[in-house]
Amino acid sequence: MDAGQITLAAVGSHFMVGLSRAMVLFIVTSGLSFVLGVLRVPNIAHGSLYMIGAFAAHSIATFFGGGTVGFWLALFLSPIVVALVSLVAERSLFCHLYEREHLMLLLFTFALMLILGDLTKMVWGAEYRSIMPPPLLQGSVPFLGTPFPKYNLFLLVVGPVVAIGLWLFTSKTKIGKIARAAAVDREMVGAIGINVSWVFSFAFVLGCVLAGLGGALVSPTTSVTLGMDHDIIMEAFLIVTIGGLGNMWGAMVGSLIFGITQSLGVLFWPQFAIVFPYVAVVVILTLKPTGMLKSVW
Amino acid sequence: MSNRMGYVGIVALGILMLFMPLFLTRFYVYILTVIFVTALLAMSLNLVVGHGGLYQFHHGVFYGVGAYTSGLLLAKTQLPWWLAMAAAPVISAAVGLLIGIFCIRLNKLYFGMLQISLGSLIWAIAFRWYSLTGGDDGVHGIPVPEFVSSWTSAFYFVLGLLIISLVVLYSILRSPFGTTLQAIRDNPERCEAVGINVRRHQLAAIVIATFFAGLAGMMFVVVEGSVFPDLLFWVLSLEIFIMCLLGGWYTFGGPILGAAIIVSLRTFIGSYTEYWTLILGIMLILLIFFLPEGIMGFSLKGKMRRRGQVQESE
Repeated sequence: MDAGQITLAAVGSHFMVGLSRAMVLFIVTSGLSFVLGVLRVPNIAHGSLYMIGAFAAHSIATFFGGGTVGFWLALFLSPIVVALVSLVAERSLFCHLYEREHLMLLLFTFALMLILGDLTKMVWGAEYRSIMPPPLLQGSVPFLGTPFPKYNLFLLVVGPVVAIGLWLFTSKTKIGKIARAAAVDREMVGAIGINVSWVFSFAFVLGCVLAGLGGALVSPTTSVTLGMDHDIIMEAFLIVTIGGLGNMWGAMVGSLIFGITQSLGVLFWPQFAIVFPYVAVVVILTLKPTGMLKSVW
Repeated sequence: MSNRMGYVGIVALGILMLFMPLFLTRFYVYILTVIFVTALLAMSLNLVVGHGGLYQFHHGVFYGVGAYTSGLLLAKTQLPWWLAMAAAPVISAAVGLLIGIFCIRLNKLYFGMLQISLGSLIWAIAFRWYSLTGGDDGVHGIPVPEFVSSWTSAFYFVLGLLIISLVVLYSILRSPFGTTLQAIRDNPERCEAVGINVRRHQLAAIVIATFFAGLAGMMFVVVEGSVFPDLLFWVLSLEIFIMCLLGGWYTFGGPILGAAIIVSLRTFIGSYTEYWTLILGIMLILLIFFLPEGIMGFSLKGKMRRRGQVQESE
């Protein structure tokens, strides 16, 4: 698009697309941030679980014949598939490493990423896939004179719902409070008789479930393919860093910045669209090296 | 390793390497050359992570910057070859200094995360700037200078640079600067208290390491004649981490051994199966669980234990 053609309506619709993209990013990143806050490990395998969520959503939707039933079942079941995968990885291997230094934990999640990536290739193969949103969410509605996809509108609803749900969970329920306490002082939580290992396990699985949910949600809007994991994990890391490590609202702010700069970048300078969010990240970190909001550490 | 035996062994190995192209086929000489390049890269990472204790998560980007610098200068300008080659480590060190100044204010994980972001910015630019860098295709068929264009001459060129770099790195580590750096790794607070400028030492270590990473990048261009964005991607950075872990963090020669093992396995296993990363992942998990100090670190500890220098208290 030439600079002369940029209208207010185009800016508005790109802004909205960026906003809906930010919602998916938020769902994925809040999971990463939660794990980072409680376990203090940047989970590199987070992107792989997102990818598995997307592939599982495709298989489940196809198995139930697509359409409305297939889509909703996929959205509901694929996070459960991801939960099982992450639970197995955590209980069989990862939980034995909690006493070790951080670098080892980080490298373990990298190993997990390598393994899950190849397992995904074995199970689902290398071809591109896509699923259709249910009939209710197909098509588009007019917005500022340009058509806006209904599915993106759906994402705009789901994002805040997940955010509020996560907030209620961490601040109002007992297990959520325990998880936050373990993030601040794990020795103390252990000392009052709580099994910290299980708290960590729960936090890890919950974080991965959010990755799987993000993957399932994104599958109707993009082609599901190997390599999704590499793209999302770097974005999620950057978002967590600019938001403040372990801060859920920071993940929201970071996702909004990332999603909106990216989609407005597409409008203003398509060739360098992917550079815009990175520039935003660098500017923010130069001004405020520990992220916009307070980190939980 | 008792020192004299060690030196004799290393010199013997070096001399043996000199004659390798006489015995080996072109393919194996090529593999050896790739191992040398990767070994220098892993050594340079080990300087900051193993000896410096910094979370240098995105070291690969400096390798890529070196490769792109010399590659683009050779392919797109009329500059003399020596200038194009010398520019690689210098530009890498300059980028390392710039990124280092930003990151050094932060601790541990934040240092690493900020470095990943800044490195990714460089990757994104190289990935998209088609007119300069060739975008996601990269630049291929870079004209390397006449004297390194054959496979044996490239081998000797890379080996020579590696040996010089190893001598320099070794003397840096044995110098007062190197020992101070290791002291900072073990106890930064105490070093600060006795009046050492911790940040400045760490920054200097980053500049030295990125210089050698850039040099390795230039060697990569000599060997492969091409550059592409994967050289700047974070996956490569973590692979170098694995090499250092496999060889042994706190040892001098460990990363060389790690690089040799990983490169050979990748080449030979990779030709049998398409699931090389699965095998690498399983290897990494086994290492983390059973051999966290790496091969060299393990054998070193065994020797020290026999001499009674290590308490069995871990």
